[in-house]
Amino acid sequence: MAVKVRIPTPLQRLTQGKEEVEGKAGTVIELINDLEAKYPGIAERISEGGKVRRFVNVYVNEEDIRFLQAEQTPVKDGDEVSIVPAIAGGK
Amino acid sequence: MQDTAGYKIIIPQHIFNDMLAHCKAGYPNEACGILAGRNGEVSKIYRMANIENSPVTYMLDSREQFKVMKDMRDNNLSMLAIFHSHPSSAAYPSAKDVSLAFYEECVYIIVSLMEKEPVVKGFSIREGNIEEITLTVK
Repeated sequence: MAVKVRIPTPLQRLTQGKEEVEGKAGTVIELINDLEAKYPGIAERISEGGKVRRFVNVYVNEEDIRFLQAEQTPVKDGDEVSIVPAIAGGK
Repeated sequence: MQDTAGYKIIIPQHIFNDMLAHCKAGYPNEACGILAGRNGEVSKIYRMANIENSPVTYMLDSREQFKVMKDMRDNNLSMLAIFHSHPSSAAYPSAKDVSLAFYEECVYIIVSLMEKEPVVKGFSIREGNIEEITLTVK
């Protein structure tokens, strides 16, 4: 078993159209780096300098990692990680 | 995959009215939400909170957004449009709207409340290019 990662539509062009991919257990940032090895270009869309970008939300199971241990949040086999770009803007 | 209906969007009158009511209720701050449906036809509105509580900017609450995304998936609905209000400016995407338009397959609807009557317009925003989309309300 691996970690299930849900990819948002804007990033599916980097995962050959796949909505769900598998990643390695570890921490959130390690998982993002593992995805980069398989899907080049994806890490910089999600993170910058080891931090998740401000306008990207990452959830482990159903909780926003900002309310857990942020990039150091552990992820284990069987967990579901969702990457969801924020919805924001302004005048 | 989500269905992309080639940017045609049909909004039932009652949902359109709900959207306007939500934007007016949020005034003078920006209000925001999501329209979901299938094949370009809206069947559900999610009236969302603007966690910025600001007259010039908006952001959905990440937990609320996650719940809505799940609800859409569970009901086999696609996110067809993202709406927000411009309390004191025109119904046209701002530079910030364009830079944060991550959901290229969605119509971005802007409800301007700067005049007595609301002005509602829809746009596709792809790689910085803005194109107006006809909104069909019926």
